[in-house]
Formats: sequence, structure tokens, C-alpha cells
Amino acid sequence: MLYRETGQFRTSYKADMAVFPIRQDRIGLAIILLLAFVATPLFGGGFLLSAVMIPLLVFALAALGLNLLTGYTGQLSLGTAGFMGVGAYACYKLTTFFPEVNLIVWILASGFFSAAVGVLFGLPSLRIKGFYLAVATLAAQFFLQWCFIRIPWLYNNNVSGAIEAPVRTLFGMPITGPHATPELRYLVVLSIVALLTWIASNLVHGRVGRSWMAVRDMDIAAELMGIRLLPTKLLAFAVSSFYCGVAGALMVFLWYGSAEPEVFSISQSFLILFMVIIGGLGSLIGSFFGAALIYGLPIVLKSLFPMLGLSVGAATIEHITFMVVGAMIIGFLIVEPHGLASIWRTIKQKLRVWPFPY
Amino acid sequence: MGYMSKVLLSAASGAAMLLGGQLAPVQAQDGKDANFVPLFTYRTGPFSGSGIPIANGMRDYLEMLNQRDGGIGGAKIVIEECETGYDTKKGLECYEAVKGRNPVMVNPWSTGITLPLIPRAAVDKIPVLSMAYGLSASADGQTFPWIFNPPNTYWDGLSVIIKHIADELGGLDKLKGKKIGYIYLDAGFGKEPIPMFEQFAKDLGFELKLYPVAATDMQNQSSQWLGVRRDKPDYMVMYGWGALNPTAIKEAARINYPMNRFISIWWPSEDDARSAGPGAKGFRELNWHGVGTDFPVLKDIQKHVVDKGLSKVAKGKEGEVLYNRGVYNSMLIAEGIRNAQKLTGKKAVTGEDVRRGLEAINLTPERLKELGMEGFTDPLKLSCADHNGHGAAFVQEWDGQKYVKVGGPIKPMEDKVGPVAAAAAKDYVEKNAGWPKRTEACDSK
Repeated sequence: MLYRETGQFRTSYKADMAVFPIRQDRIGLAIILLLAFVATPLFGGGFLLSAVMIPLLVFALAALGLNLLTGYTGQLSLGTAGFMGVGAYACYKLTTFFPEVNLIVWILASGFFSAAVGVLFGLPSLRIKGFYLAVATLAAQFFLQWCFIRIPWLYNNNVSGAIEAPVRTLFGMPITGPHATPELRYLVVLSIVALLTWIASNLVHGRVGRSWMAVRDMDIAAELMGIRLLPTKLLAFAVSSFYCGVAGALMVFLWYGSAEPEVFSISQSFLILFMVIIGGLGSLIGSFFGAALIYGLPIVLKSLFPMLGLSVGAATIEHITFMVVGAMIIGFLIVEPHGLASIWRTIKQKLRVWPFPY
Repeated sequence: MGYMSKVLLSAASGAAMLLGGQLAPVQAQDGKDANFVPLFTYRTGPFSGSGIPIANGMRDYLEMLNQRDGGIGGAKIVIEECETGYDTKKGLECYEAVKGRNPVMVNPWSTGITLPLIPRAAVDKIPVLSMAYGLSASADGQTFPWIFNPPNTYWDGLSVIIKHIADELGGLDKLKGKKIGYIYLDAGFGKEPIPMFEQFAKDLGFELKLYPVAATDMQNQSSQWLGVRRDKPDYMVMYGWGALNPTAIKEAARINYPMNRFISIWWPSEDDARSAGPGAKGFRELNWHGVGTDFPVLKDIQKHVVDKGLSKVAKGKEGEVLYNRGVYNSMLIAEGIRNAQKLTGKKAVTGEDVRRGLEAINLTPERLKELGMEGFTDPLKLSCADHNGHGAAFVQEWDGQKYVKVGGPIKPMEDKVGPVAAAAAKDYVEKNAGWPKRTEACDSK
């Protein structure tokens, strides 16, 4: 039907290697971007923007960061929340030291601090692999969270022990603090996430991404082909931590408004790892799917029962959510271990040849 | 795979429709006047042990008002629970979900959820009632007109504990040369009293030993209690929450620490002490309200709510410490609404009205009697400047079956606590540049 590439000829090598070689994909992407940038802020309303879309984008960015490391380079990491925390605390320190600099500059800059910490904890990755590396990154998680609790300098000696996002403006309008409108906060988050996704897409389709995937698929073979393992792995750690750090800064400044160290706990790391696994390892769009499913499903379930006219206790819904999410994780692992992204690919493939099944 | 993808597609489109539908504000009432009281509760997750009795107490008191009096001042109370699981992101989601529906106030029941709501309260015009938790500095009504944390702060609690120890020893000067251990949750809540504790140690000449427990290690405190065994403090003070409390009581019993010298802030429940077995006998904690059901208000709840099967509380659990704390919390909600109705003459009130109503709270002994709370708690008076009341607390002791009151009410040391609280409020304002000056008018004199 609509999704057919008949008549679209790729006459150059460049066109053949494009990220979106099919015209319909490009149109689809444009529509999605239009919906996200124009329609959602116009018609979304406060709840959808603040409680659904912003969290979803923040988690998607964090999942994307982890996916670059775990999905593309094959290095399992359990320190995601810790790296997010580094970004958040770095951004807090930077913006309280230099309040006159635009917050968005600091949000992006805080990613570099996170990247540096990520490289540090990525050093053992040359020697250890798999579960052992997971344990090493687990140490990063615990050590970083310990720092957030124990180093008062990081939270400016606040009595509450938490960091609070001070009011910052963009073009004269507040983007943090209580007066910031959900629309503006959403647009800022969306712009940053869209920009970083675009960069990630270029990374994974280029030389860097290829060397990451080579390392993932077989590191000895990659080494024999001339890929230097340590720089490649460290670069993956740096880029991944950069993304997580930016996600953490966005989380505290444009979503929560303030955060206790508890926010960056191990359970957060696992949550993001589940998003990556369910969404699809080694897929950018999978990160978005995973975040949408894991974060969005409880919200949908919460509104589902009242919509059906059933009066179910708030706690019961929570229990049902646990069961459904648990069942889905197991279900996915059995039916589709490559996650939602793989289902998406299958759908696309079927649509291309529709109505003839191959 | 084809079937799977179809299911997913339909699920996704269903989800999109649902999200659109949820945005419309829900009006649960049949046109009559009503006040919407959302309750942020946590009946799931690692803190549900404390969360369930609190949730039951809060809900049952309001339900009792609906059943017995038809609400407050002729307006029904629309009670709606939102499950937070003690998780900040879910709490914020709950807040976003209720904020457009004219809630009279929110009760976050978690410091992590309270902190982000503090700057938003003034903008969204929704008062925050964080009863004896949250940001202690928010007791200052001139700086935080929208935040209420009666009846005491954690600093008040510490000064009461010190006073209690001094009373036992026979005077504040007797503390000299003693050793006091402090076991606490290594988070904002547990660390907040430390500067003041250190000040007390300096002023009164006792030695302070710190035993921090990380949130991830709440159930493994053997190293801390090994330290206690080595240091042999004369008294132990505890600021714990969740699994920290029962574990600490168990460990203390295991090393035969004299239980009547082990004093906690007001959070341990009956279950926390009970799980440690007979060794927990003598364990002490602060409290500011009665336990048990020997109060008219509890009898009314039993009659109108529990016996009618409208409550979720397990048989015999009503009247426990945290259940009654929920009841006390809801009594403050109800008083806030009632005062707001009196001040404005309206039946259905808004968050702005209830903010004024909360500032007008004056629980005189007569008023407590009308509420069926005679002997349940001490009088409390809030004002525009004082959003806390800094009320008295008493010490209760675990006798193996229940908590029994030991000694009378102890007032916090105002002279020590006041300056600390004022400095903390000032510090908060300085660090949050552009914090608004209070513009809300003051009703009470």
C-alpha cells in the first residue's frame, strides 16, 4: 500500500547507505517530529507533558546512553543511575557557581563530567568481561551514590541533603523552578534529546559505531582487524556516560526540580537496563520503545481501570502493574529476545512486501 | 510474530486513546458541594510496612466524617488515594494528576516528594501538609506560607530526647561525661539533627558517637552494633525509617543493650518492636498522640467505618501507633477545611482557603474534646509565623504487647531549636535566589 519503495532508485553509494533509505520513512520521521515539536505542546496539556512526556524522554535518553554501551559495544553496565547522578550533581555545582551562564550550556557540559567518570570506571573493561564487568560497574554505582550522600560540597551543604534546581531562564522565560511552563520544559528536553539522538545515530552508523559493534561481536577478531580495544571501549564508556549524565541533569532540573541521592539508586539502574532489554539491545529506536513501555505502561494501567468503570484500589493497580511488567519481561525474553525494536523491524519488513507474505 | 505485532499495535493505539481521555478532570460528585482530598499513600514497596497503617488511618478518619457527619460542614469529602510506593517520580506523577482538580491540599508522606513540591505549592496554590517530616525549616510560616509541618520537627524531637535523658539522669548537667550513640539513616532525614546534636554535646559535655546506616544496608547493621558493643554508649538515639527500625531493635536485643536506654524518634511501629521478640521489651520512642482505641474518635471510626466493612485495616490493627498517626494527620486536614469554611463562608473550599484554614488551626482542650480526642493529643496552635506549633512530645515504652506512655509531655527546648530552624530557613532562601517574599495576608492574630 503506502509503504512501498517501488520506483525509489538509489543511484549513489551515499543514498544506499543513508540512515533512512526509504522515502516513507523520512516522511514518517518528519511527521513524528512535527507531532512531537508542535502538536504535543499545543494540545498536550500539563499532565501529559510533565508526567508522561518529559519523564519518557529523559528515560529514553538514559536508555539510549546505556544502549550505546551495552547494546552496541557489548559492555554490560549497572552504573547507569550513578552516571546520571554525576551529571545532575555536576550541573548543580556548575549552575550555582556560574549562575549567569545559560542552564542548557551547563546541562550539556555536565555530560563531560559524567563521561570522565565513566572512562575511569571503564578502565577495567579491557581486562574483565561480562558479569565481572557488571560487578565492576556496580561498584561505580555504589561508590557514586555514596559520594552523593557523604560529600556535602556536592550539594552545597544543604541541610536537607538534597539538590534543588534554582530558577534559570531561557530567552527571559523560566525553564526551571515552579513558574516554568510544562510546554517550555518539554520543548527544551525534546530538543536536547532529539539533538543527541541525531548525534548517536550518526555515531553508530559511522566508523565509531562499526568498531563498537565489531568489539561487541568478537573482540579478538576486531583486534586482529586493527581496532584498538581499549580506546574503543573507553570511547563507548565516555559517550554512554555522557548521554546518561545529560539525562540525569535533565531529570533533576527539568523534571523533578530537586533530588535526594536516593533517586540515583541501583533500582534506577535496573529500570533503565530493563528498558534497554525490552526495547531492543543495539537499537536506537528500541531505547524509545523500551522507555515508553516500562514508564508508560503503569500510567496507562492506572487510567485503564477507572475508564472501564471499575473501582480498584490504588495499591491493587500497583500490584497489577508489577505482575504485568514482570510477565512482559519474561514474555519478551521467550517470544522476542531482541525486544520491541525487532518487532518493529518485522512489521516494517512485512509492510514492505504486503500483501505477499514471504 | 504477526499476531504479536498486531496485539502490540492495538495496545499502543489503546494507550494513546487512554492518555487523551485521562486529561479530562474527573468530577466525582453529583453536583453537590464537595472537597477533594487526595491522599498520597504507599501500600506497596519496601516502605509499605509503615505506609499501610498510615494510609488506613488517614482514610478511615475522613471516611468516618463522611459516614457520621456527611462530610465537613455539609460538604462531602472526596477521598482518592494515589499510590506512590515512596518513589519520588511516582509521587510527582500523582501530584501532576491531581493538581488540576482543585485539591484542598496534598500530603506527600515522603521527604523526597515533599522537597520538589515546596517551591511549587505557592505557584499552584496547593498547600503541603508534611506532618512532622519533610523540610524542618518549613516550620517558618513567613518564609514558607504554603508548607505546614506540625506538630514538631526532627530538631524538636532531638531536644525532647535529650531532655528525657536528662530527666532520667536528674538534670542537664548530669549529661557531662556521658556517651550517647546516634544510629541513623544516612540520608537527609537522619543527618539533619547531627549539627544540633554536636552542639548539644559541646554545651552539655557529653560524647557523641555516630553510627550511620546506608539506605542499602538497612537490614545489615551488624558492623554498627559491633561498634556499639565496643563503645558502650550510655544511651542510644535512633532516627530510622522502614526496615532500619526493626533491624536496629533486633540487633540491640541481640547484644543485650539495655532497651530502656534506646530511644527513637516517632517512626517505629508495633510490628517493628514485636519482630525483635521479648528482648525488645523496654524499647522507647517519642510520640505525640495516644495509642489504642480508648478514645471516642477511634470508637467512632470502628462504629462507622471498620464495622461497616469500609476500611482496609486488618482486624485489631486500628489503634496502632502509625494508624493513629494517620488519624491525627486527617484530623489536621479536616480542621484545615473546617476553618477555611468558617473563614470564607463557602462549603467547597480551595487550596488557597485551606492554607488560611491551616494557619488558623487552634486545637484547644475544648476543641479536642469536641473532636473526640480528649487525652489523645496535646493542644496545638498554628499561626502565620509558626507552621509547626513545636508541640510537646512524650516517651512511650514497648511492654512486649503494646506501647505504654512513660512520663508526661516534654516541651522541646525552644531556645536551642528556634535559632537552628531560623538559620535553616534563611539558608534555604539564600540558596534559592529569588525565593518569593510572603505576600499572603494573615488572618489570625
